[in-house]
Amino acid sequence: MTKSFRIALAGNPNTGKSTLFNLLTGLKQHTGNWAGKTVDLKAGTFTFKTNQYEMIDLPGTYSLFSNSKDEEIARDYIVFEKPDVTLVVLDATALERNMNLALQVMEITDRLIICINLIDEAEKMGIKINEKVLMKRLGVPVIKISARNKSGIPMLLDTIDRVVTGAIQCTPYQMTYDEETEKKIALLLPTVEKISGNKFPARWLSLRLLDGDTNLLQQIQQKITIMEG
Amino acid sequence: MGAQSAYKQNEVQELFYQAEQLSSSNVRDQIVEQLYKKSNELIKEGVSFTKTKHDQRTEKLDAIFTSPIWGFPIMLIMLGVIFYLTIAGANIPSSMLASFFGWIEGYLTLMFTTLHAPDWLHGVLVLGLYRGTSWVISVMLPPMAIFFPTFALLENYGYLPRVAFNMDRLFKTVGAHGKQSLTMAMGFGCNAAAVMSSRIIESPRERMLAILTNNFVPCNGRWGTLIVLASLFMAAGFTGGMKSLVTTSVIVGIVMFGIIITFLVSWVLSKTALKGVPTHYTLELPPYRKPKFVDTVIRSSLTKSLSVLKRAIKVAAPAGILTWVLANIQVGDTSILLHIVNFLDPLGQMIGLDGYILMAFLIGLPANEIVLPILLMGYLSTGALIDVEGIEDLKQIFLNNGWTWLTALNMMLFSLLHYPCGTTLVNIYKETKSIKWTFWSFMIPTGIAFLVTFLITQIVRFMGWV
Repeated sequence: MTKSFRIALAGNPNTGKSTLFNLLTGLKQHTGNWAGKTVDLKAGTFTFKTNQYEMIDLPGTYSLFSNSKDEEIARDYIVFEKPDVTLVVLDATALERNMNLALQVMEITDRLIICINLIDEAEKMGIKINEKVLMKRLGVPVIKISARNKSGIPMLLDTIDRVVTGAIQCTPYQMTYDEETEKKIALLLPTVEKISGNKFPARWLSLRLLDGDTNLLQQIQQKITIMEG
Repeated sequence: MGAQSAYKQNEVQELFYQAEQLSSSNVRDQIVEQLYKKSNELIKEGVSFTKTKHDQRTEKLDAIFTSPIWGFPIMLIMLGVIFYLTIAGANIPSSMLASFFGWIEGYLTLMFTTLHAPDWLHGVLVLGLYRGTSWVISVMLPPMAIFFPTFALLENYGYLPRVAFNMDRLFKTVGAHGKQSLTMAMGFGCNAAAVMSSRIIESPRERMLAILTNNFVPCNGRWGTLIVLASLFMAAGFTGGMKSLVTTSVIVGIVMFGIIITFLVSWVLSKTALKGVPTHYTLELPPYRKPKFVDTVIRSSLTKSLSVLKRAIKVAAPAGILTWVLANIQVGDTSILLHIVNFLDPLGQMIGLDGYILMAFLIGLPANEIVLPILLMGYLSTGALIDVEGIEDLKQIFLNNGWTWLTALNMMLFSLLHYPCGTTLVNIYKETKSIKWTFWSFMIPTGIAFLVTFLITQIVRFMGWV
């Protein structure tokens, strides 16, 4: 039986996200529609084993703070469209700078795979990445690939398969912040949980509220009202 | 169901209120700091680096260029060196060009006499339009041909992103975006292009700040004016290398003043009309690279200098003709030009300038390059024709029209601070799609220009320094 799953592709600009997207989806690309939003996202399909996958290429962003329209789009897609798995593509040559995006995505969803791209270039520059350590610390699969050289792709596909079928359970590392921020989160959390239910990441929503982003919770409230009504 | 929603609505409002109370402007800073701390920790555990020589060099250089102690002095010195090279290096080619144009002028005059053209026509067309434009070319072309390539070399070497890095904290303090320093750097070339380059700033608020203040960086159209006036009046008592040095210091001072005004205006705006906190952004510091020397020099001097020059000449001709028409159509017993000049004169005197200078700035709205030639045409059209042989004689024309060092200083400041040129205004409208903000981008600089020159004039006159 064929099942279909949705994969969101997130990452900083210039990390070879599009190369990976093109490699996996080939010519089967179309403009993905997203109900109620006036943005066009590139989407493509591919099959692996018996499953059908739709891959959505989110805009390249450095963070998910809704500094810009692109960041908002990427964030909203992961929060509201709840893809079956989110691939976070990181640049192996600038892993430290890229990592904060992965940490942010991990606050939103527990179904994600970290995909370290440009590994060939990094090795040339003398950067050695121990993905097993990262995997242990982060609690999610970490796969090294080079989309340009098509290396590491079978491993990536297999991991995607095992995450969507539930063979791998991710337990993403959750950021802890400074004491003051944590105290504030704890104050907001009970009420946020009551409103968002178990469908949305309450801790992260509380953090967004502290950062002055009330728009997000309003959207969630509307969504829930619609679902209930 | 309805009742439940209403209850929930209440609760949400309360939650928002609570969140607002708890929220402070440094929450984001804390979040980002923790995220990066964690990233750093992860990398330390999971990644090992065997550094290549190249990386080590970049790191060592960054430790100097972006050092909290040396960063700013180095920036200032770099700026000074660029200006000094520009001014000192431009002297000889400038005078060569000037004598070349003077040589052509001899033939033009000869042609006019053979054709029995009236004296006034010769005066306005040759002594005004031609001489004015050729002065501007001989004064502007050599500096541009030095300034642009030098700047481009620094850019390709990777130094400019470090400038942005150094400036980031200052911009953040005044509520603006660190990338504004990049759009400012662009403004040294052309404000109109810089306004477009402000697209690199994502947040609309900070982008608006960058657009509104970009004009306070003197573009190359104003370099000519600044360099000529600085060397004629500010460095009058010096000769040779010392003269270039004094001129350079004056120009650096003027640029610094513009930067201070930029910070002041950004700060005031971000506290009033454009309230908000600066956003975080990631600035990539590329490795230092040896620039392709010949490639960079040729491309930047050809494309940039020539296109700027073409624009200057294109605008100079119509503006010259307009000035000529204004100077030669009589209404009552004087020309329209004189009517305008007389009308503007009281205002001009108040800010240490005169009616001619204000008129030149008005007609020079399409392009700052032509302000000086228009001014010369204006002075010469009144019959105060004297025989000028070179750039030094330019000073005589100004002195004959009652100039002092105060006039020169005020004209430099007015040129630095006044409204953006026509092209820039059009671009501002295109980028902001707002008549209101385009209007303010005209009014804010103009207001500051009048205020600053007025204050300086009144103080200097009160103290009796002039």
